[in-house]
Amino acid sequence: MTTSLSTDHPGGPEALLAGNPRRRAREKAVHTIVTLAAFTSVLITVGIVGSLVFRAGEFLVGLANPSDADIAEARGPIGFSNLWSDQWAPRFFDFDIKTLLVGSLIVTVIAMAVATPLGLGAAVYLSEYADSRVRKILKPILEVLAGIPSVVLGFFALRWISPNLVQRFFDSEGQSLLAAGLGVGLLTIPLVASISEDAMRSVPGSLREASAGLGARKKTTTLSVVMPAAVSGLVAALIVATSRAIGETMVVFLAAGASGNSALFTVSPLERGSTMTAAMASQASGTDGTITELGFGSLFFVGFVLFVITLVLNLLADRFVRRVRHGY
Amino acid sequence: MAIVQPILDDKTGKRVEAQIASGGVSLSNLIFKWALLGCLLFSLLVLGVLIYDVFTDSWSVLSSRLGTFLANPTRTAADESGIFQGLRGTFWIGVFVIVFTFPVGIAAAIYLEEYARDNAFTRLINVNIRNLAGVPSVVYGILGLTVFVTLLKGVYGDVALSRGNTTTAGGLTLAILALPVVIITASEAIRAVPDSLREAAYGVGATKWEVIKSHVLPYAAPGILTGTLLSLARALGEAAPLILVGAVQGKLGPRTGFFGLDQLGEKFTAMPIVITDFAKQPGDSWQPVTAAAIVVLLLVVLGFNAVAVILRNRFEAKREG
Repeated sequence: MTTSLSTDHPGGPEALLAGNPRRRAREKAVHTIVTLAAFTSVLITVGIVGSLVFRAGEFLVGLANPSDADIAEARGPIGFSNLWSDQWAPRFFDFDIKTLLVGSLIVTVIAMAVATPLGLGAAVYLSEYADSRVRKILKPILEVLAGIPSVVLGFFALRWISPNLVQRFFDSEGQSLLAAGLGVGLLTIPLVASISEDAMRSVPGSLREASAGLGARKKTTTLSVVMPAAVSGLVAALIVATSRAIGETMVVFLAAGASGNSALFTVSPLERGSTMTAAMASQASGTDGTITELGFGSLFFVGFVLFVITLVLNLLADRFVRRVRHGY
Repeated sequence: MAIVQPILDDKTGKRVEAQIASGGVSLSNLIFKWALLGCLLFSLLVLGVLIYDVFTDSWSVLSSRLGTFLANPTRTAADESGIFQGLRGTFWIGVFVIVFTFPVGIAAAIYLEEYARDNAFTRLINVNIRNLAGVPSVVYGILGLTVFVTLLKGVYGDVALSRGNTTTAGGLTLAILALPVVIITASEAIRAVPDSLREAAYGVGATKWEVIKSHVLPYAAPGILTGTLLSLARALGEAAPLILVGAVQGKLGPRTGFFGLDQLGEKFTAMPIVITDFAKQPGDSWQPVTAAAIVVLLLVVLGFNAVAVILRNRFEAKREG
């Protein structure tokens, strides 16, 4: 080697310690690049929030001061009172947001009624009961269920769940919010299962051993020691799943049966209906005959409401998840 | 410390005796265990029914006219319709995710795990990314519609008959949708690299980037690859954002070409959109065609998923062993 570490370097010892300038420049460039990449995520958020606020605002302003074209199309007066009527039908300037909120609520409640017991049960079995051999087989299969695109479950809800379950056991004609809710529930099972399994597996084994040492059976240990210790994670799993169920679009778009982009206000899960997400998708796919500017703008308003709801749920879930991490 | 007196009154004694006599098997415990297994098996049963149902429905199409089904565009008649344009759109979306999301996501993860100091800015980015991962996919469609479609309106000039709802807009939208998941999974993989590896590299005089390039990334590669494959699969299965961006539902002009770059400026559709469109058609004749399209999409999406899971299990076993 010709490199010498002596102090008789041409630039003196400082120059030697400063290192190769090209290497230093490269370090700096990499640092800048990765920082910019991380900053992209902030730009995305700004883009999402910006476009939602801007265009939802545009819609509300348009509602307050309707354009001449909109006035000519509408059969009645246009104002904020259009946000509260008995149906969601942008074509007729009926922007009854409670129709969509209640629709989303019905679908979400049904979905969680399916996903909570099945997802939690599967998670408890995988984490506490299954031996590693069984686990190695069953868990990947559950992950396959997680990978199924929602449009596929939408088709399944429309063509299988609706005729074979809903119409057979309930008095319902054709498509319904119930079929959509069941489909969304199936979609959220793997999510509930995987987050709550992680939470329970992060409970230290010493707690289980202590419980067993006191003579508790496995069921008692699971129910009174492991699950209470993992409760933050379990709650987080349910909140994340709720948020996902509210935001799920394709299953409802296909299976809930709203015709065009209009839905009557209903509280019955056996009727056709729409949710926030499905209303946005139908508005954008332009199944409505005439698309008025105000009608199209309603899409962004609904999107804004949806975004706020899911954001609150996600922040809440995040708090619970972090509590788990700090726990042990 | 006081000595704890065992309380052995009659009742407790009898219960203990009874339980010992029962050979340690308690009915309620058994029921509990089987109920849990039932939950798991029910979920898997549903999966089985779904796949069986789709395959049997699709068989008449896949067995008799697989070639035309793959090569034909969407037509008015169910038995002539194919998924050519859907495959093309899905291919290009995959390209956008690989070209844009993978490098940016991995670079962001490197920043968060290797460069970021624990300050307010870092915490902001972390919270932000976790929240982005939870934003409903349809909301990403609003971003795509407002930003990309608007920005791209004039870019492709008269090549596009579109109003900006081009392959590029759809691809970028899904690339952005996939980004948070890539960042999160890549971060986890990088975090799992033992510090001793970094210290060894620093010890022989490597710079930070050299440490990352030669030690951290190779070690984290399987984990990163798993995460990127999962996010790619998720992006390819998404329909809602594409509907908002204006993917064409129904017939799309009979333009030829698949891999040509001119596709970037054309109107587009994708497999999930084609499936949605088929599923919404009235009449039973569309059901086999829809099912066949689903089988093709499932093969692609579950294929990536399976590779990801197998890779992960393999490397986990290797590390532990």
